[in-house]
Amino acid sequence: MKLILKIWRQKNAKSQGKFVIYSLDNISPNCSFLEMLDILNEELIQKDEDPVVFDHDCREGICGMCSLYINGHPHGPDDAVTACQLHMRKFKDGDTIVIEPWRAKPFPVIKDLMVDRSAFDKIIQEGGYISVNTGGAAEANNILISKEASELAMDAAACIGCGACVAACKNASAMLFVSAKVSQFALLPQGKIEAKQRVKKMVKMMDKLGFGNCTNTYACEAECPKLISRSNIARMNREFMCAKII
Amino acid sequence: MAELNSKIPSGPLHNKWSHYKDHQNLVNPNNKRKLDVIIVGTGLAGASAAASLGEMGFNVKIFCYQDSPRRAHSIAAQGGINAAKNYPNDGDSIYRLFYDTIKGGDYRAREANVYRLAEVSNAIIDQCVAQGVPFAREYGGSLENRSFGGAQVSRTFFARGQTGQQLLLGAYGALSRQIKLGTVKLFNRHEMMDVVIVDGKARGIIARDLISGKLERHFGHAVVIATGGYGNVFYLSTNAMGSNGSAIWQIFKKGAYFANPCFTQIHPTCIPVHGDYQSKLTLMSESLRNDGRIWVPKKKEDAEAHRQGKLKANDIPEEDRDYYLERRYPAFGNLVPRDVASRAAKERCDAGFGVGPTGLAVFLDFKESIGRLGKHVIEERYGNLFQMYEKIVDENPYENPMMIYPAVHYTMGGTWVDYELMTTVTGLFAAGEANFSDHGANRLGASALMQGLADGYFVLPYTLQNYLSGEIKVPRMSTDKTEFEEAEKKVQERLEKLLSIKGSKSVDHFHKELGKIMWENVGMGRTETSLKNAIELIRKLRAAFWREVKIPGSMNELNIELEKANRVADFMELGELLAYDALNRNESCGGHFREEYQTDEGECRRNDEAFKYVAAWEYKGEGEFVLHKEPLVYEEIEVKQRVYK
Repeated sequence: MKLILKIWRQKNAKSQGKFVIYSLDNISPNCSFLEMLDILNEELIQKDEDPVVFDHDCREGICGMCSLYINGHPHGPDDAVTACQLHMRKFKDGDTIVIEPWRAKPFPVIKDLMVDRSAFDKIIQEGGYISVNTGGAAEANNILISKEASELAMDAAACIGCGACVAACKNASAMLFVSAKVSQFALLPQGKIEAKQRVKKMVKMMDKLGFGNCTNTYACEAECPKLISRSNIARMNREFMCAKII
Repeated sequence: MAELNSKIPSGPLHNKWSHYKDHQNLVNPNNKRKLDVIIVGTGLAGASAAASLGEMGFNVKIFCYQDSPRRAHSIAAQGGINAAKNYPNDGDSIYRLFYDTIKGGDYRAREANVYRLAEVSNAIIDQCVAQGVPFAREYGGSLENRSFGGAQVSRTFFARGQTGQQLLLGAYGALSRQIKLGTVKLFNRHEMMDVVIVDGKARGIIARDLISGKLERHFGHAVVIATGGYGNVFYLSTNAMGSNGSAIWQIFKKGAYFANPCFTQIHPTCIPVHGDYQSKLTLMSESLRNDGRIWVPKKKEDAEAHRQGKLKANDIPEEDRDYYLERRYPAFGNLVPRDVASRAAKERCDAGFGVGPTGLAVFLDFKESIGRLGKHVIEERYGNLFQMYEKIVDENPYENPMMIYPAVHYTMGGTWVDYELMTTVTGLFAAGEANFSDHGANRLGASALMQGLADGYFVLPYTLQNYLSGEIKVPRMSTDKTEFEEAEKKVQERLEKLLSIKGSKSVDHFHKELGKIMWENVGMGRTETSLKNAIELIRKLRAAFWREVKIPGSMNELNIELEKANRVADFMELGELLAYDALNRNESCGGHFREEYQTDEGECRRNDEAFKYVAAWEYKGEGEFVLHKEPLVYEEIEVKQRVYK
């Protein structure tokens, strides 16, 4: 395949970025999107140019590190995959592909396509856990959980924390990410004790870090590589209201 | 140099760990605050250790090269975690889990360590459930188990095909809680470059801030390495792109012995290689072997026709299929341990029965189980794996059998540690996949998660405390000390040297070349000739690397090529040690298969008389290694030939 790539290049957090156009030839349709970028980087290195920096690690869709905004979609045009699982067969020969970093104020660009997502860690640090010390746990089967609740909790817990929801949202809202964690614990008996504190603290931190609010367009759900449901947002809103009122 | 003293407590096997805990030294709460612990790596072992030590009141600094601790590659583990709960009432016990692990490891692991692992396994499940890990449940609300390779009981707990993710997020949550409380300080996008030793004890590390490129000095009363395995020495593996062996290699050069480097695991159920541009291999959980049946065509002409795209798998009639694992191993069938399953696939492909465009693949077929259980059950059990397969291969595995081939997955070898997980350098510990301890020559499925969390939640909090009890009088050291300065200077010089080469070939070029040498000569089947050849080729390649590598950019900035070059430089040396160890071990056991040493049926032939020991290597200089033997003593278990028939 022959491709034209329009890639966002930015030297560091402070400098101004711009699009740079590259052309690539002989790309196999079975190549993954990141492997295509590897080939580009190999060419750039040979030409004594700076390779394109992008975050990636596991390359099997689970670590959540890759974060490319491809042709206007976080993780590209394919449904339910991360950029590392996207394959070139989803594009056509001769296509122009635009590649940008996540664009959201709480995710500042570090270099090229790499952004700083430590804001997500800060939200989790506020309460995205159940406070139990090592060694202080009861026998596991003393806590019975219905299959339905545990499946729903697992649906929410499948979030990989990539930030595609924020990148997709016109308000840069992190509601899908935060609600997935809040939901996981709201659905489980172990999470009930701290539920009120958890939702209040996490939402407060989310606001403080500059994430926008939800205006119900559900772009987050549409672009989520792990198909995290917007019903989690509804659940979080309910949890939040209850925590505030009661 | 340090003597090999495994410090295994005396007394009967089942009392060793409780005896240790009853008699170890403790540190009082006031003193804990004054003691600093450095942990490198935020996977299951590192994150769980940091969280637990933070809860206890120690001052912890934790480092990871990724942007967040949640990205560590433990997250990619799919299948499950073992524990001896015996919930299914199928006769499981701590002893059986211990026995299966020793046997699965082909009698090359320490009894006392493995028994402790089995002993704490149940507490791990309790801990994770308390943290809200959404394990699979039965309709009555209790925890569900499934079976896994190498065992005849169902002892594996799982969270769909994302067990590693859920366990890591549990540990990440516990770690995040401590970060918030201030007991743990996180250094993300930081890579450890070297360990600092003062008066014979590990006292800190040199780390590089990957964003600014600056070198930093960090002090700790003790240092824990939990940086995972070195599978990426093969270039193509199921490891993450950034997974590397540099931390364990740097400490090796500073006196921490490296044990059993040749014990590497090739996982049987991975998606086959498809092109030169390929950057990594994708594993699909071996839990698939619970319901999938592995086969190749019985007739060579059918295999040939499939390779040429003229025949589809579904068109090969039942009587022309060879379910070779069920045929050769009727007792365990498709659930034989990983090393056995991988070699059997290689044997069939080498014999000309391989399928797919490259001929390096076998079928994994779900037709029978979909017929028996219904598609919805298979979807519920393996939905995400089927989806992943379809995305990569572009073929629907509900309708066509999957094609799989073995790939490098896990390294049983690693830094030598004693019973307390301390290396041969005082005050320097290694946990999780980074150490060599519990899996012998082959790891059973669902045991890596168990070991990582056992080390972090339930072993290090005791043994590290025992060590630190002797350090309470040591005040925090200034990092202006000569030892820190010298260590930093060496790192600086090495990076400058790499940048100064300005050759013509990229880092990836060399990494791929190294991978080819390793896979072809030190992969699934090894011979004396191939290993000697590998050592020679690696030496030549290493020389070429230091002459011709091309790294753009400079040191004091974000430089991804420099990061890679530094890791590959270490792999260039580590690969040689791996081949060296494989050459020394004149026997076949577990994941180490020397073609000269096999039974008439093509199985591993161990040599217990000569090789029932841990091979712990000491670094003496580039390409110079001295062997120290730790004899393995089996008091509880009778050493037998592994039979899965």
